[in-house]
Amino acid sequence: MWDKFVTELNLATHGIIENVARFLPRLLVMIVIVLIGWGIAWILKAILRSILRITKFDKLSQDAGAAQLLNRAALPSSSEILSRLVFWVAWIGFILIGVSVLGIGGLQEHIARFFGFLPQLFASLFIFFFGLLAASFFSRAALLAAVNSDMPSPRLISSTVRTLIIIFTISMGLEELGLGEHTVVLAFGLVLGALMFGLALAFGLGGQDLARQFLQRRFAQHKKDEHEDELSPL
Amino acid sequence: MAEESILSDDFLRELMNVGEVDILVGLPTYNDAQTVGQVVQAVRGGLLQYFPRQRAVIINADGGSKDDTQEIVRASSISDLGRTTNLHSLRTLHSVSTQYAGGEANGAALHTILAAAELLRASCCAVVSPDSVNLEPVWLDRLIRPIARDNIDLITPIYRRHKFEGVLVSNLLYPMTRALYCRPIREPYPSEYSFSGKLASELAGQDVWMQETGRIGGEMYLVVSALTGGFQTSQVFLGQKSRRDHSAPSDLVKALRQTVGVLFSTMEQNFPACTANTEMKAALPAGNNASEVDTEPMRVNRKRLHQMFVRGVAELEPVLKSILAPATLTELQTVAAKPEEDFRYSDELWVRSVYEFASSYHHSIISRDHIVQALAPLYRGKAYTFLMENRETSSQEVDNHVEKLCVKFEELKPYLIELWNGEK
Repeated sequence: MWDKFVTELNLATHGIIENVARFLPRLLVMIVIVLIGWGIAWILKAILRSILRITKFDKLSQDAGAAQLLNRAALPSSSEILSRLVFWVAWIGFILIGVSVLGIGGLQEHIARFFGFLPQLFASLFIFFFGLLAASFFSRAALLAAVNSDMPSPRLISSTVRTLIIIFTISMGLEELGLGEHTVVLAFGLVLGALMFGLALAFGLGGQDLARQFLQRRFAQHKKDEHEDELSPL
Repeated sequence: MAEESILSDDFLRELMNVGEVDILVGLPTYNDAQTVGQVVQAVRGGLLQYFPRQRAVIINADGGSKDDTQEIVRASSISDLGRTTNLHSLRTLHSVSTQYAGGEANGAALHTILAAAELLRASCCAVVSPDSVNLEPVWLDRLIRPIARDNIDLITPIYRRHKFEGVLVSNLLYPMTRALYCRPIREPYPSEYSFSGKLASELAGQDVWMQETGRIGGEMYLVVSALTGGFQTSQVFLGQKSRRDHSAPSDLVKALRQTVGVLFSTMEQNFPACTANTEMKAALPAGNNASEVDTEPMRVNRKRLHQMFVRGVAELEPVLKSILAPATLTELQTVAAKPEEDFRYSDELWVRSVYEFASSYHHSIISRDHIVQALAPLYRGKAYTFLMENRETSSQEVDNHVEKLCVKFEELKPYLIELWNGEK
């Protein structure tokens, strides 16, 4: 009885030792992969940071209004955030590759999904950034045009343009990420529809006189108005 | 290559039929049927009266007029003039008309004229505005003769104009061009001007005509190129500037793009020359009427100018914040807060504002077109101050005010250099 117990114990110990002996090199490989991954991620971060500095990416993000948003949230500059993002994405990628070497069942599928998700993540970040840039550019263009043509409420016009572009960008970005596709599209349609309906009502009912004046100016042949009273600049 | 592509096959054929010429008169048109006939007759009169022995051609570059502009130019034949006057040419006076794509783009018209001048080996070229109903035959003599006689490369005009006309020219373009290039060119954005074949050849082949600068502000670019390219420049007094001059845009933003935008943009390549130039070169002869200013009363809505300035400074605060220095913006806001009767946009503040705009344009702080557009409300404020200061002044006093502003632009030039180099 005792001999059988000792034999079984020896077998189990051997099994454990064998398993550990089989597992330890994999663990070492994983650690090496993670360490090399950390180094590569760090190099990628440094390269990206230099490229962004050379291309004056921070100025671009300032133009886009992204820098102001980050400042308000007490976050570092856009180029720093992007560099850190690339570092973490690269390193997590290497960690997952390392983990996959351990051969733990069920993890492979999750790792494949992570790598499959990366292009979508970067595409949506790209959409968000250039959406913000477009929102900033067109809202400023609208503000300048409204001020220079003496239109009422230039800031309202400008912020409406900005809001519409940002809503459009968010809906596109979320759709790219695959988050609540139908809900976002529906919500965007509803918001835009409501906004246009509201504006139509406000313009047609609330601003009857303004609407009449606008249409008269646009379509009727008017004799010289006050605008022509301005100085000839050249 | 550039000039070959702008000249159509038909136009080239017509130019080849003309052969080499001594004088080329360019006439850029776009929907000018009302006035162009009168201008063509004056040009023909000038050529016949003052240059009967020279081979001459009139080149009409039309932007695709919807009215009968081109037909009127072609129909204004030499025989009409011969019947009404006793002028007879000793040479054939050619008249060629062509169309370019692009509508009102004055740069395309000028490029066509320059390319034609180069092809025809014209030694003297003049460009006249199709709206200049005041144009007299003697203007052709004044514009062309110094080019042929004194080897001058560019002649710009001096007009007798109302003291409140051309406020952008007198308060920004003239003083700033003078400060930058040390040449007192009174009309850096001329309607009538002349240039040598040498300058035409130099400019015709440049790529700038395909770019925004050349397309919208060809005249300004031509003047700056002559000033920085070592060409001889001079000015002549022509006469009363026509108030019907529609080639000068009434839309302020468009005018700013065509002039200030081009001036800022040309500074990019010429800034080393600007900083090297410190000695003011003497103004070349302009005739005795150089400073004549029409002081007749003129109806101007001053209140609206002031309102648009105040509103512009308030509404454009986020934009101005990125363009102007904090101290300048604060001062502007203080000035804008004052009641209309106490309002005054001082010369120093104006010059500082303009230089900060030029520097922001150079550093592309925001979209360059937006920077130029944002200058419009500030210009209105300065125009209001100019109107108030000169409401009851003589022509001499108006000139003195402009001269004082020019001196301020020159005094603050080191500030522009510091801004430009990023030292401030």
